[in-house]
Amino acid sequence: MTAVITGIGVTAPTGLGTDSYWEATKAGRSGITPIDRFDASGYPAQLAGQVPGFTAAEHLPSRLVPQTDRMTQLALTAGAWALEDAAYEPDAFGEYGVSVVTAASGGGVEFGHRELENLWRKGKKFVSAYQSFAWFYAVNTGQLSIRHGGRGPCGTLVTEQAGGLDAVGQARRHVRRGTPLVVTGGVDGALSPWGWVAQLSTGLVSGTGYRPFGAEADGYLPGEGGAILVLEDAESAAARGIPAYGEIAGYAATLDPRPGLDAPPGLRRAAELALADARVTPSEVDAVFADAAGVPELDRIEAQVLCGLFGPHGVPVTAPKSATGRLFGGGAALDLAAALLSLRDGVLPPTPGVERPDHPIDLVTGAARELPLRTVLVLARGHGGFNAAVVVRAHHGKGAHPWRS
Amino acid sequence: MAQLNLEDLVAIMRDCAGEDEHVNLDGDILDTLFYDLGYDSLALLQTTGRIEQEFDIVLDEDGITEAETPRALLALVNDCLAQAA
Repeated sequence: MTAVITGIGVTAPTGLGTDSYWEATKAGRSGITPIDRFDASGYPAQLAGQVPGFTAAEHLPSRLVPQTDRMTQLALTAGAWALEDAAYEPDAFGEYGVSVVTAASGGGVEFGHRELENLWRKGKKFVSAYQSFAWFYAVNTGQLSIRHGGRGPCGTLVTEQAGGLDAVGQARRHVRRGTPLVVTGGVDGALSPWGWVAQLSTGLVSGTGYRPFGAEADGYLPGEGGAILVLEDAESAAARGIPAYGEIAGYAATLDPRPGLDAPPGLRRAAELALADARVTPSEVDAVFADAAGVPELDRIEAQVLCGLFGPHGVPVTAPKSATGRLFGGGAALDLAAALLSLRDGVLPPTPGVERPDHPIDLVTGAARELPLRTVLVLARGHGGFNAAVVVRAHHGKGAHPWRS
Repeated sequence: MAQLNLEDLVAIMRDCAGEDEHVNLDGDILDTLFYDLGYDSLALLQTTGRIEQEFDIVLDEDGITEAETPRALLALVNDCLAQAA
């Protein structure tokens, strides 16, 4: 059974909507700015990837606006775009034919922050009734399911930055078990003081910038946004006459060994297992979207994995996420969207902010690189030891989305 | 004495819980079920919470549950306001 992506919806610091995101990404434009959503002047880090120009009321029914955190509003917007892209008709799949599986981290943190402040300053009567679910980590899956009639098996995966790939892996299981269409991916964000302090507690947030694999790398920057994807059984999509961006050909997840064990990190094994799942050899991989932690030690580990699998400078590697920051549950889903758009257009976007890598890898920097692409590997790591890898493959040869070209 | 009228109630509901695009809240809705107006129990919890704050009253919880239309909710609130006066 083949599972293909037929719809993409993007809400990112570098663009609202897939086209706007992709133009900015190919041009290497950055969405990193000083935080303007709250007063960050007292914190040691003040840069983030914020989605600009998003007004929820312009995109959502007014019943949904008061009951949703901003990251849910972004997710619902991306979800509607993805389903529109896939020409989704709610009645075409039967009562239980549509599932929702998304990645999440902390839930509606900004909403929760505001309501906890109400509780603390004014009292319990002043806490929004919608706090009951708006903060909940599984809220995006729930709201997408309610809005679009996804009554098949639903779920939420929480594996930090690896979540976007793990959600798609779980979505593929549902497709293989007979659910014809799954809304998946992830959109996330927690740009409030509470969410910010939680990020700072990792000790890995940079005060100066996000420059993965660069000599100046000194940490990552958080951001908000992500991508919602529509995953379908290829036969069902073909019967509907819907072209695919690409196939989810391979997926695997591993955990790092617990601290203190003398064992290698799990990233390489995740990549190898995903390649084996897709039945491709490293020599058949045309490009890699890296996890690109931006933390020197983690960059070194990933560069070693890439050199070990592909040889030094053995495969083009890119990390457009340096323009958005790390988006938690949304990050790897957005990378997957970028990988699929790369397959479609035969172009690899660059890694903004990095002039040249401090590791023996062929990092795409400066300008986008045009090259024939058929098989792309996407890597992701989540804080706490999560590793995930997905292999995407052009479904009907390169540029498999003819209606857009 | 303070009173809550339908216009005020609709304004509070719009602000607290938004508005279903298939419903005309400016029409004759006094006896329409809140459910049919697109408001679920949480929307009503949010709305009655706001009314309690604005008028500094405490509404009877069973009364709230039984007030299934704007007319019934207005009566509940205005009775409470009359007793408080």
